[in-house]
Amino acid sequence: MLVLAGISVAFFALPFAGLIWRAPWSKVTDILSEKSVGTALWLSLETSLITALISCIFGVPLALLLARVNFPGRSFVRALATLSMVLPPVVGGVALFFSFGRRGLFGQYLNDWFGIRLPFTTAGVVIAQCFVAMPFLVLTVEAAIRQLDSRYEDAARTLGASRLYVFRRITLPSIKPALVAGVALAWARALGEFGATITFAGNLPGTTQTMPLATYLALESNPEAALILSMLMITVSFVVLVGLRDRWLGRQRNDLFS
Amino acid sequence: MRRFVSSVMVLILGLIFAGCASADDTTTSLHIAAASSLTEVFNEIGAQFMRDNPDIAITFNFASSSDLALQISQGLPADVFASADVKNMAKVTDAGLLEGQPTAFATNSLEIVVEKGNPLHIVSLAQLTTPGLLFVTCPIEVPIGRYTAEVLRNAGVTVTPASLEENAKGILTKVTLGEADAGIVYRTDILAAGSSVTGVPIADKINVNPLYVVGTLRDSHAKEATQRFIDLLNSDQGREKLSKFGFGLLPA
Repeated sequence: MLVLAGISVAFFALPFAGLIWRAPWSKVTDILSEKSVGTALWLSLETSLITALISCIFGVPLALLLARVNFPGRSFVRALATLSMVLPPVVGGVALFFSFGRRGLFGQYLNDWFGIRLPFTTAGVVIAQCFVAMPFLVLTVEAAIRQLDSRYEDAARTLGASRLYVFRRITLPSIKPALVAGVALAWARALGEFGATITFAGNLPGTTQTMPLATYLALESNPEAALILSMLMITVSFVVLVGLRDRWLGRQRNDLFS
Repeated sequence: MRRFVSSVMVLILGLIFAGCASADDTTTSLHIAAASSLTEVFNEIGAQFMRDNPDIAITFNFASSSDLALQISQGLPADVFASADVKNMAKVTDAGLLEGQPTAFATNSLEIVVEKGNPLHIVSLAQLTTPGLLFVTCPIEVPIGRYTAEVLRNAGVTVTPASLEENAKGILTKVTLGEADAGIVYRTDILAAGSSVTGVPIADKINVNPLYVVGTLRDSHAKEATQRFIDLLNSDQGREKLSKFGFGLLPA
């Protein structure tokens, strides 16, 4: 068993070893100080943080609904909300066109009534990122709420606390580790989003060209820069994932009253 | 536990050997790596080739010429490389991975691609500068992006793109879906897209005619079959098919 586990570790580690091995370390400062890299990095940070925030605002209520309310079609809604995790992102991008695009089901009214156009804009990048990243938060938070012992909340209610007060003072603190993990995962996923972004939002430096897009396109013209950009993204994501440790595994139950 | 590990090992080894054993002695397999713009015409020429040579089985690998050039340099097992431009073929030739010199077999040309029925009535390159018009192209590293820049320069027109797509297909998709108003792609792409888009021709004197080149890869195990395929491309039959799909022909 240990041998097989070792093979798995090597399988995940080797590609990164390959990148580290081939990366032109002597040119790091030159490449990172290029204006185009800075622009892409800044845009990535900006959009992925907005995505994390939006995912939080809309994702937590959805997680609560899925975990607590037993309504008909709940498993259908859950599948729907997590579908984008398994969908090829390019397909997700095309689906976004059909819904939020200039000719889309919903997008045409945005365009006709308000003059809002999402494709090829930074807002479009955020939409694409939310579409693929939010499920990570929903799933993580939902799992945490399910594990929560609802008797604490019930007790608070019998003692006269309002629903909002219970949510704010008991539910939220109990799921805080999972919420942090969910936000971080959604953020990391948004940071790495490629397929849906390039399909739906397009690729233009300063407007929609995020780090993954810049990396992919640099592969054609400047492979060395692509390697450095990849290393940068890996470092950021790795730091996030290490920081999360085992929080994603649902340790939060013990955290509250221990 | 040990038994579990060994059975997994046996399974893995079995799969590896099964993969090795599939090479059949009686049929030669020919792997052709070709630019994605050649997809339709090569599929047809390939079918013809296999009818003429039942002992040879062709498998195609269609991708952008730059991706293929990169993959070949990383050891992609292929017998033939057909590139949509000379520059990407040169990457392979310069790396010493080609047998002899590549030969040109067709040309392409560019057209403006607009939404079906041309709702904005675009007839010239100058109209692409209309404020609010969404024009998409590719970065200049991608052949179609470079050619587009060349055509616009020839026409003396400066256009601000709304997006730089990964490849010509990305441009076509955005125009087909009506999210972009116009782009410049290969004439053959517009023909292959059928009635889902409309093409607006660009005058010959400012147009660009990329050269399609083909060659045998040095590590090919089927050089004789490879030569037969290249001969078919240059035969009257092959030329007729290329021309049917909108490619330009070189003087025979």
